Amino acid sequence: MGQFFDMQTLIIIFASAVATYFTRVGGYVLMTRMKSIPPRVEAGLNAVPVAVLTTLVAPAFFEGGYEVKIALIFALIVGLRFPGLIMLASGWALVVAMRYFNIA
Amino acid sequence: MTHATFNSGIRLGLPVALAVLPFGALFGAVAIENGLTIYEATLMSGVIYAGASQLVGIELFNQNLPAWLVVLSIFAVNFRHILYSAAMVRIVPEWSFAKKAVGFFFLVDPQFAESVRLKEKNGRVSFACYMGYAFIVYALWMISTVLGASLGNLLGDPKAAGLDVLLPIYFMGMVLGFRKRASFYPIMLASAVGAIVAYHFVGSPWHVSIGAVTGILLAVILPPNKTGEEMTEVETA
Repeated sequence: MGQFFDMQTLIIIFASAVATYFTRVGGYVLMTRMKSIPPRVEAGLNAVPVAVLTTLVAPAFFEGGYEVKIALIFALIVGLRFPGLIMLASGWALVVAMRYFNIA
Repeated sequence: MTHATFNSGIRLGLPVALAVLPFGALFGAVAIENGLTIYEATLMSGVIYAGASQLVGIELFNQNLPAWLVVLSIFAVNFRHILYSAAMVRIVPEWSFAKKAVGFFFLVDPQFAESVRLKEKNGRVSFACYMGYAFIVYALWMISTVLGASLGNLLGDPKAAGLDVLLPIYFMGMVLGFRKRASFYPIMLASAVGAIVAYHFVGSPWHVSIGAVTGILLAVILPPNKTGEEMTEVETA
């Protein structure tokens, strides 16, 4: 067993798995404990996808170099008209090209 | 198409599953570099199934930190999932207890965003479709972890290959998909500002939870009846 798994690592992995599963059911359990959902809580829940997904993008934009900023803005414009996969491919191609040719 | 079958879920999930591939490979490679065995790396991807938190975790493995601190850090990175599971109450109220218990294990960022989108489009999220989506993303996540762990450094510099922009662009596409929603712009701006300020003054990964809470608080503070009216408009449209 020792060469495949380290005991300490194994414990951390399983404890982390339990902690992560808790985050994926915890909010649900919490909400079902409430008899009815007040309108303001509902407004807050409606905001969850936009609020969370934005926090995954914004720092990448501001902390990234100019090539990342340009590629993200370009992808944003493409994304307004075209489906996600085209948006993804065009932004990716632009950043690779800019890095290859040392632009920005 | 009503997106009710397992196969339709697979089709919906394929683009994001492909976008996730490099990150699974990256995780596998970094895990081996940090002294994990391929078995440990694969197990980690299989039971935690949350890329960013796994990368944070293996960075901490080698620093002689107490185990509870590593677990707490992984928990902190995944804390946003609590918001997802809270929002799922209104998205899948008809699912049985067992379906929820199994389904929520796979509640990663794109899975949640897709569920919200399907709910708005079809009025419900079929468990079969949800699991098809989960299946393809999870399967490719596991395969890429194993490949990354076994091929390791063949991957090269992920920055030169432009892999670092894939997920931000993908998530940006998802944010765009919600732009017709009530109070979209104020919520997005508040979250962005909150996340960037927190990124500078508190640091990663806390900027995710702090930024999200900023946007959600704004939504709570905004007059609720205005939000309600716009919601009805969406429903009748």
